[in-house]
Amino acid sequence: MLLRSACFCAVLFAVIVSFTTRADVDDAALMSARPARQLSAYGLFENAPKQTPTAGVVPYDLQVPLFTDYAEKYRFVYVPNGTAATYDDTEVFAFPVGSVLVKTFAYPADMRAADENVRLIETRLLIHQEKGWNAWAYVWNEDQTDATLKVAGTMTSVDFVDDDGIPQSINYIVPNKNQCKGCHSLNGKLSPIGPKARNLNKDFGYDGSNWNQLQWWQDKGILKGLPAYDSIPVLPRINDEAAPLDHRARAYLDINCAHCHRVEGPGSTSGLFLTYGEQNPTTWGYEKRPVAAGRGSGGFSYDIAPGDADSSIIVHRMKSIDPGVMMPEVGRTTVHAEGLALIRAWINDMK
Amino acid sequence: MFSYKGEAMHHFLKPFIAFCLTVTSTTIVFGQSAIDVSAEGNFTENLQEALILAEPDSVIQLPAGRFELATALSLDVDGITLRGAGMNETVLSFKGQVAGSEGLLVTSDRVRLEAFAIEDTPGDGIKAKGVDQISMVNVRVEWTNGPVATNGAYGLYPVESTNVLIDGALVKGASDAGIYVGQSQHIIVRNSRAEYNVAGIEIENCYFADVHDNVATHNTGGILIFDLPNLPQMGGHTVRVFDNQSFANDTVNFAPEGNIVATVPRGTGLLVMANNNIEVFGNEFSENASANVLLAAYPREYNDPSYNPLPRGVYVHDNTYGRAGFDPDMQVAELIAPLTGVPIPDIVWDGAVDGIWSAFFGPDEEDRIVIREAEGVTFADLQFVKGMILPWDVSPNFNISEYAGTRAPIMPVKLAQEAE
Repeated sequence: MLLRSACFCAVLFAVIVSFTTRADVDDAALMSARPARQLSAYGLFENAPKQTPTAGVVPYDLQVPLFTDYAEKYRFVYVPNGTAATYDDTEVFAFPVGSVLVKTFAYPADMRAADENVRLIETRLLIHQEKGWNAWAYVWNEDQTDATLKVAGTMTSVDFVDDDGIPQSINYIVPNKNQCKGCHSLNGKLSPIGPKARNLNKDFGYDGSNWNQLQWWQDKGILKGLPAYDSIPVLPRINDEAAPLDHRARAYLDINCAHCHRVEGPGSTSGLFLTYGEQNPTTWGYEKRPVAAGRGSGGFSYDIAPGDADSSIIVHRMKSIDPGVMMPEVGRTTVHAEGLALIRAWINDMK
Repeated sequence: MFSYKGEAMHHFLKPFIAFCLTVTSTTIVFGQSAIDVSAEGNFTENLQEALILAEPDSVIQLPAGRFELATALSLDVDGITLRGAGMNETVLSFKGQVAGSEGLLVTSDRVRLEAFAIEDTPGDGIKAKGVDQISMVNVRVEWTNGPVATNGAYGLYPVESTNVLIDGALVKGASDAGIYVGQSQHIIVRNSRAEYNVAGIEIENCYFADVHDNVATHNTGGILIFDLPNLPQMGGHTVRVFDNQSFANDTVNFAPEGNIVATVPRGTGLLVMANNNIEVFGNEFSENASANVLLAAYPREYNDPSYNPLPRGVYVHDNTYGRAGFDPDMQVAELIAPLTGVPIPDIVWDGAVDGIWSAFFGPDEEDRIVIREAEGVTFADLQFVKGMILPWDVSPNFNISEYAGTRAPIMPVKLAQEAE
């Protein structure tokens, strides 16, 4: 009898231990050269189906997100205990080895009720390992209990009702590792894109109230070197009518294009550079001729024909879903109507 | 009894053979030098997984057969040889491609692509970006509907790369350039065939290129050596074009407007635009309805003070010229024919030079255009700049002997992947 309860206690203890270990991020799994087969192995989530992160995995949001077929995105950052990312006013923060950026792509059944009946599609991890950043995509199972590694990427059809109540059906593409690098590349090395000061400088609901994300990160010890608040750059939201049209359009291009279209990026060959700080008008597209656009030119002479959006190659490529024409090359299968409207207005307004 | 036994054998053998096939053909062995990509199951996933998980310096072997792919392939592992069973035996068709702006993208170093074909990509065929040592050998890229504007832009497309080898390739139907090397250094394009493209072979914004023993025919323009403004690498120079055949480039220009090749007249044998230090010799040019050889300045307005739009230091010698210039097209018809008459001379230089001094007394020695051809080869210097200064005296100079001379030969290109 005593023996039996000892056994029972041992089992119970083992269960408790396994629960407590589960509640920690598994640093060793993250640093392994071989990716885990299942997302759950990393311990990044306390409740993965509900996208509740483990303590120490910090959710965040971006001021201007990359458009990916209207997917909802849940973003998290993990920086190992005792280390911190270093602030930078233009580039992505320098995250220490062991850091992970987590992004889950999801679709609610109805966009008008974004928190209900959410279907998780994939969770992408950008892991900073000893040899550099590594990217893996995990695709959620039908039961939404866990996600499985997909090295070669995959396609899956997704149905949802959009903001206007219209049913949509898209062919969602989960990228492979190389396609991740198609955008996440700086000087030929895999690199994060989103977590830049100007795009993180916004409020987020932490512990039930709103905090500036950067301040919160610094307070939590995962970010260091944050300057005085008023010297941190910020991108305007694209629907913020109070912000100058020029700034909003350039912010949109910065986030949706400049990861490739910059001198250090995969789109360097074009000579079209769309970073927020680019000053040379020809370089950001003003009366710039295409180079290797092929059919992408649409028969037009300039990336941006001032005052004439519909004769501008940028607009032509944003409104296409033909793989030989569309820009960005990956990450969307539909047209971003709001982004297109913004760029159209910007070009039509241009002298 | 006999038949029963036979049947039993059959029942036993079938799954056994299937089992063997599965094991031998679908297993991808990592950490070893050779990987066979299985034709069974989802070919795109099999191949893309091999391309991602291969250890550096492996060979990935493609089976013979015809495969339909819906998404782009990409390779980012160093030292890979991707080899098929032949350019007509292993065919990757992208007719139903829904994602990706090329068929295959290579971004890793020391890569050799060999003996397979890419067909009907909506975008480019094979792109290699930022690669050191890229070899494309006995590969074919083709748009099977013939030359139409809805074809992808480039067939073979190495860009921002070093040590580029294209050997024994066949490219057909590109709506921009069949073989296009851009912003690269140390390049050899040889023994290849380009037909029914807008540009057959195009070397753009490149340093140190040898283009030789190729056939360019039924393109709009056979061989183009270009330099364009507003690009990270400019000032194209040191290119040899020799022992090629560029004939009967008779396809109407089908490039989408806006692209520079949309300005190439149908029936151009060779067009050198801008660039410095170019040697053209031993080629056969014939049956090019606009002109066999054109040497021209960049024709558009540009806003880039570091760019030089003129062809300089061009040496054209010992080529053979058949009939040409008999049915000029576009600018050759509009701007050149009224000055030279038809047929257009074999070699035409627009005579755009740098400043008034050069317009009257010729460019500096190192920038001179030197023509040394057999007797009977016709030539015109249109003297465009002089013509702008003295509009009443715009007659071209047809006297080829005034341009005679020699220039030091350009040294051959040597590639790292071909070092002994």
